[in-house]
Amino acid sequence: MDKHFARTEMLPPLAPPVTERGVVKWLRENLFSGPFNTILTLVALVVIYKLVSAALPWWLNSVWTAESLSQCREIVAATAGEGASGACWAMIRERWHQFIFGFYPPDLWWRPVLAFGLLIAALGPVLYSGQKRSLTILLGIVAAYLVVTLSLTGAPTGAFVAAAVVVVALFAAVQVAPGRMLLFTAIYPALCFWLLWGGSIWTPVVAMLGFVVMGVVYMALVGRFGPTASAIAGVVAAVLWWLFLDIPITQALADMIGGGLRSVESDEFGGFLLAITIGVTAISFSLPIGILLALGRQSDMLIVKTLCVGFIEFIRGVPLITLLFTASLLLQYFLPPGTNFDIILRVIILVTLFAAAYLAEVIRGGLAALPRGQYEAADALGLDYWRAQRLIILPQALKISIPAIVSTFIGLFKDTTLVAFVGLMDPLKGVTQIVRADINWKGIYWEPYIFVGAIFFVICFGMSRYSMYLERKLKTDHR
Amino acid sequence: MSEHAIDRSKMKVSDEVAIQISGMNKWYGTFHVLRDINMTVQRGERIVICGPSGSGKSTLIRCINRLEEHQQGQIVVDGTELTNDLKNIDKVRSEVGMVFQHFNLFPHLTILENCTLAPIWVRKVPKKEAEETAMHFLRKVKIPEQANKYPGQLSGGQQQRVAIARSLCMKPRIMLFDEPTSALDPEMIKEVLDTMIQLAEEGMTMLCVTHEMGFAQAVANRVIFMDQGQIVEQNEPKEFFNNPKSDRTKLFLSQILGH
Ligand SMILES: Nc1ncnc2c1ncn2[C@@H]1O[C@H](COP(=O)(O)OP(=O)(O)OP(=O)(O)O)[C@@H](O)[C@H]1O
Ligand SMILES: [Mg+2]
Repeated sequence: MDKHFARTEMLPPLAPPVTERGVVKWLRENLFSGPFNTILTLVALVVIYKLVSAALPWWLNSVWTAESLSQCREIVAATAGEGASGACWAMIRERWHQFIFGFYPPDLWWRPVLAFGLLIAALGPVLYSGQKRSLTILLGIVAAYLVVTLSLTGAPTGAFVAAAVVVVALFAAVQVAPGRMLLFTAIYPALCFWLLWGGSIWTPVVAMLGFVVMGVVYMALVGRFGPTASAIAGVVAAVLWWLFLDIPITQALADMIGGGLRSVESDEFGGFLLAITIGVTAISFSLPIGILLALGRQSDMLIVKTLCVGFIEFIRGVPLITLLFTASLLLQYFLPPGTNFDIILRVIILVTLFAAAYLAEVIRGGLAALPRGQYEAADALGLDYWRAQRLIILPQALKISIPAIVSTFIGLFKDTTLVAFVGLMDPLKGVTQIVRADINWKGIYWEPYIFVGAIFFVICFGMSRYSMYLERKLKTDHR
Repeated sequence: MSEHAIDRSKMKVSDEVAIQISGMNKWYGTFHVLRDINMTVQRGERIVICGPSGSGKSTLIRCINRLEEHQQGQIVVDGTELTNDLKNIDKVRSEVGMVFQHFNLFPHLTILENCTLAPIWVRKVPKKEAEETAMHFLRKVKIPEQANKYPGQLSGGQQQRVAIARSLCMKPRIMLFDEPTSALDPEMIKEVLDTMIQLAEEGMTMLCVTHEMGFAQAVANRVIFMDQGQIVEQNEPKEFFNNPKSDRTKLFLSQILGH
């Protein structure tokens, strides 16, 4: 061979051989890459074929308009021949409102509908903090949703005006100072409960004043006793307010200046209205409580630590159903005698505490994953405990825990169906049972479960996608 | 070491006492890690602390800003004694900057946010002003163009310079360095040392734990040698290196200087 070699002509790039291209390559690599995989592929194809061929006629023969299950069956027999099976979605068409609202009075449907629209608006600044464009789009969707649903549910003019005022105000806030939207988020819980349960306008106002009491006590003491002690004092003051002053003050104010919405009783709630009310409230309150429990568990203060560990281990050791059954009994220990707690509120409190215990452990994992250097750097810069937690530690620990936190939330939301066992009308068991108790729909089986399952899936899948979006957005380590 | 001649004109040691440590002892459980430490640091001093691994160098400087708690004796920083009083601790920490071996930047914040966080939340400086200060110090450590990147996108040497800038943004009167160059590749060591030399030239009071003997010779006015939790020998650098008194020091120097 010649020792000297110098290339005179550069080689042009060539297309890869056929077996390395497009569909063929993909099939070879992914489906038929060896005898074992080839067998798996073939078995899978057979199973899919069996499943589809069994279920497809049932879907294709769906009946959308009928008055009863037997009528459905007649229609299927007439169109697809004797012995054919077919889905009877007519039931959903007739009873959808029970799946959504339970026995909530139809003339008041606009209230939960409005509350839901405002919920999305209130979640905006939390989900898309400071992103003008996303928030504007979100508000646009809320506005469109409200116009359509409020008209469909025949809302009074006052509701339209109030909704318009809120949306326009939020819209302005987004353009000028997106941070301000959080104010609406802060008052939203009270507004929502008032819309759903109705009653005197003073109920939510006086309840929110509890938080003002908390803030005032904290501010008054923080200079002298430090943040931790003042925060505890503030919480105690607020709890005392809610337990002893809330009801008499509300009464007195309502007697002086009336006004409010028609009351709706808790046993009229049902379906997804119930599931979402419990789910959303429990999700939003369990996160802060879970964070505090996780921090408490890591605390140097023995009493705080013991209380947190005891609480977490107790809650995690007991099934949620047991807690739900004993809810009234448990809460009665902590409350002044004679307090009669609303059943939904009771369930919300327990589901919240239940989820908080799980979240605490999830977040503790995130806290433990942070290198000690992060704490040391925060200390060395002179940040105090709470600032270091809020600015340095928690943002990172929560970010690590996002997938697990969202899993807990999804689990919580699905667990709301367990309230069926304490007699509430959850969408899965409660409403389905009522529907099937009707002589017209007796014997219907798959359709309600598929319908409810599909809605649950959409909501849970949405949460899961959002968590993936958040992870991507917060990814700053570039490793 | 650095190409330009080191300007010693501003490296003046004043009579004012910056740090006073007397009769200080510290234990980790039953392990007596620091034993009867006595030292005085005057304002403007550049002190290099060296010694074999495990001799307690890190522990000593971490006691000065209370990352570690001492059990006996007194530590007074800028006239504030370190006790369990949280107010004193916060005061000392905002006066004393610290640079760590592993940088410890906050990975979820940009370089600029890393530098402005403490001034905004601890010193209550308005955001705009804090950003200007931060940019000033980032220019000084020669990486203003990285301000909007995240720590993970920077090289080790750049990260360490950011860490120095982050400390400087709090306008500390004393800087502590705990082996700032030992996690770095050789070519990055120089850029960090240059930054530290520049600081020394401006008259900063510095305590450095380091094995960079070139830096000690060029910048320090005093070298402290520690072994087994005790101060074994201290002297001005020339004497320390050319004429060590104790056998422990001689052994240590022969090991690290390789003769
Ligand atoms: N948190 C701790 N708990 C128990 N022992 C510790 C702890 N931190 C350090 N030590 C011990 O204290 C001694 C001094 O540690 P220190 O980190 O101060 O040494 P150093 O001189 O900085 O060593 P190096 O050069 O390796 O960094 C070592 O023997 C170490 O094992
Ligand atoms: Mg060390």
